Amino acid sequence: MAILGFLESGGGHAVSRNAREVGDSSPFVLTGLMAWIKALGPYRWASNRLRDRGMSGRTAVISVPYLWLLLFFLVPFLIVLKISFSDIRLGMPPYEPFVTWASAHVMDLKFNFGNYAFLWEDALYRNAYANSIMTAGFSTILCLLIGYPMAYGIARSKPSWRNLLLLLVMLPFWTSFLLRVYAWIGILKNNGLINNLLMSMGVIDEPIVMLQTNFAVYLGIVYSYLPFMVLPLYTAIEKLDLTLLEAAADLGCRPTKAFFKITIPLTKGGIVAGSMLVFIPAVGEFVIPALLGGPGSLMIGRVLWEEFFNNRSWPIASAVAIAMLILLVFPIWILQRVQGREMGAHR
Amino acid sequence: MPKIMRCAFGCGLLVTAIVLLTACGSKKEAGADTATKPEDKVLFVYNWSDYIGETTIADFEARTGIKVTYDVFDSNEVLETKLLAGNTGYDIVVPSSTFLQRQIQAGVFRKLDKPKLPHLANMNLEIMKLVAEQDPGNEHSIIYMWGTTGIGYNRELVKKALGTDTIDGWEAVFDPAIAQKLAQCGISMLDSATDVVESALIYLGRDPNSEDRADLAAAEELLTKVRPYVRYFHSSQYINDLATGEICVSLGWSGDIIQARDRAAEAKALLDIAYAIPKQGAMLWFDMMAIPADAPNPDHAHAFLNFLMEPEVIAGVSNYVAFANANAAALQFVDDEVKNDPSIYPTSEVMKNLHPDIVESQEFSRDLNRAWTRIRTGQ
Repeated sequence: MAILGFLESGGGHAVSRNAREVGDSSPFVLTGLMAWIKALGPYRWASNRLRDRGMSGRTAVISVPYLWLLLFFLVPFLIVLKISFSDIRLGMPPYEPFVTWASAHVMDLKFNFGNYAFLWEDALYRNAYANSIMTAGFSTILCLLIGYPMAYGIARSKPSWRNLLLLLVMLPFWTSFLLRVYAWIGILKNNGLINNLLMSMGVIDEPIVMLQTNFAVYLGIVYSYLPFMVLPLYTAIEKLDLTLLEAAADLGCRPTKAFFKITIPLTKGGIVAGSMLVFIPAVGEFVIPALLGGPGSLMIGRVLWEEFFNNRSWPIASAVAIAMLILLVFPIWILQRVQGREMGAHR
Repeated sequence: MPKIMRCAFGCGLLVTAIVLLTACGSKKEAGADTATKPEDKVLFVYNWSDYIGETTIADFEARTGIKVTYDVFDSNEVLETKLLAGNTGYDIVVPSSTFLQRQIQAGVFRKLDKPKLPHLANMNLEIMKLVAEQDPGNEHSIIYMWGTTGIGYNRELVKKALGTDTIDGWEAVFDPAIAQKLAQCGISMLDSATDVVESALIYLGRDPNSEDRADLAAAEELLTKVRPYVRYFHSSQYINDLATGEICVSLGWSGDIIQARDRAAEAKALLDIAYAIPKQGAMLWFDMMAIPADAPNPDHAHAFLNFLMEPEVIAGVSNYVAFANANAAALQFVDDEVKNDPSIYPTSEVMKNLHPDIVESQEFSRDLNRAWTRIRTGQ
């Protein structure tokens, strides 16, 4: 939900403009369709019932994404939460039932907090969380440093070029993520593209070991998530009022200072949105460290995989997932509250 | 404002209705697709990747008129998780024997209907006996292929590093002094706690199936010492990397290394890949074919198992994938280059040194995997 909020603030401009364009081009079709829908008996019945209960059309529209979240976020979350309170057993499914019926009218709920206690006792999990957050954080900073100039360049390029440049940013998505990460193996390995090129040019004699190192993991994450950073930054920078920079220059402000005093604060929304879009999936990243990382790169995705597949412990794997969610959701929630308050203060 | 809102509301309703309708529709279709009426002659097989003869499936379809859907996996763990979740929809699955043992205890499989499997008489009883501990009375499964966990290596690169082009014992990967010399050209190990720890226990002269924590600690100490010289732990990457010379020594499964050898030969890379069953002994593995309890087409599954126990059929598979089968009657149809290769069909002398793997208890399994994470990551 936090992400939805950020997206709205970052990409709202582009979306509303597109909506207007669509509305302009086909007003007759839409009004015709609307008239037809409104004439339908079920529509009138449903809207009357909703109005009786104090629900406007607005509530109904908003309820669609909530319904979506309920169905695909909350329900799976509750199932995982339930399993995390369970205990392992040999059977199908491989965990104890949460609810047992002692007799026809007595329901037993079993909460086993041991899984969470276990996570706390073994330093492995804490280290994995810390390592994941550090890797994701460092990757996010790298993405920001690379993505900001890119987005800035696109936003300041000729309007006729912008769509092409944006298309180039998004183009990699047309190939499967897994394939693109796999392609890096061919580039980085000992007799891969880079090493062969450098050796044939005589720059190095022995291949540089790049694959299965932390360097490869950072490279993979930055490469894969860069578009998620560039796109919200672009929408934020594009909205920036250039006259403000002119005014700053007129008043004798140097370009660097103007950049940090004006451009950065005014594009903060895009920076936060892009950082969240990179940071959150990078924390739980499994594929990139598994394919490009060395044995030492311990990330929470891998620990989760091991609990689930190697230890066959669905309950502990679920507890790891829930703990990760709590670890991620609370800071974001607080950040959003703070931001919301700031925005309120500005108004 | 209210007009627009009502419009949006109407559209929302319409979209939701369409989505729901199409969802229901497609569900119905999917249901009709997978529901198996007796006249539908279908069979769903879930096997390891690169693990069947070129024409085996087509021959079976031509013979029986049963349409086979053949899917592949590449890890026992993934298969096990699917089986434990239930309703896989598969009629035939191929877990390794230790995994099978635990899955039988969890009630995953149905008992074989032996009267429907007359070709069981072709099986090699000596080898079938080796898995009787995992599957008592061989009631749930038949052996598909079997092999060993040993060392694959690139002769040329090893010669450069060690001065000899032959590896015949575990010391190549478990003796820090030798492993250090091989580190530059690259050592890989399976990312499998059981395989690597058991092999280390054999090198240490201990019982590989021991659940004694002292034995585990000794193996961990040994592996921690050689850990700096291991490039990576992975259970399939090494097939390619051995074949291309990316790494020079692998602790891996016999079939995969023989596959790497053949790939290198096909690519005319002039890489000489060899497989050694270490002289100290090695672990045996068995891939078992079994029928899940909730299999939709158990009759067709039995027909498939019976077909695979025909001597010519299973020999065809062995000739193609270069793995040993457990079919006594099939041996005469197996190509000489496969049959006489001691890394595929070990001599009876070497056989005495091979240990079947026995499933570990859940508690030991957790300790083993925890030790494995410490070995791999130092944490």
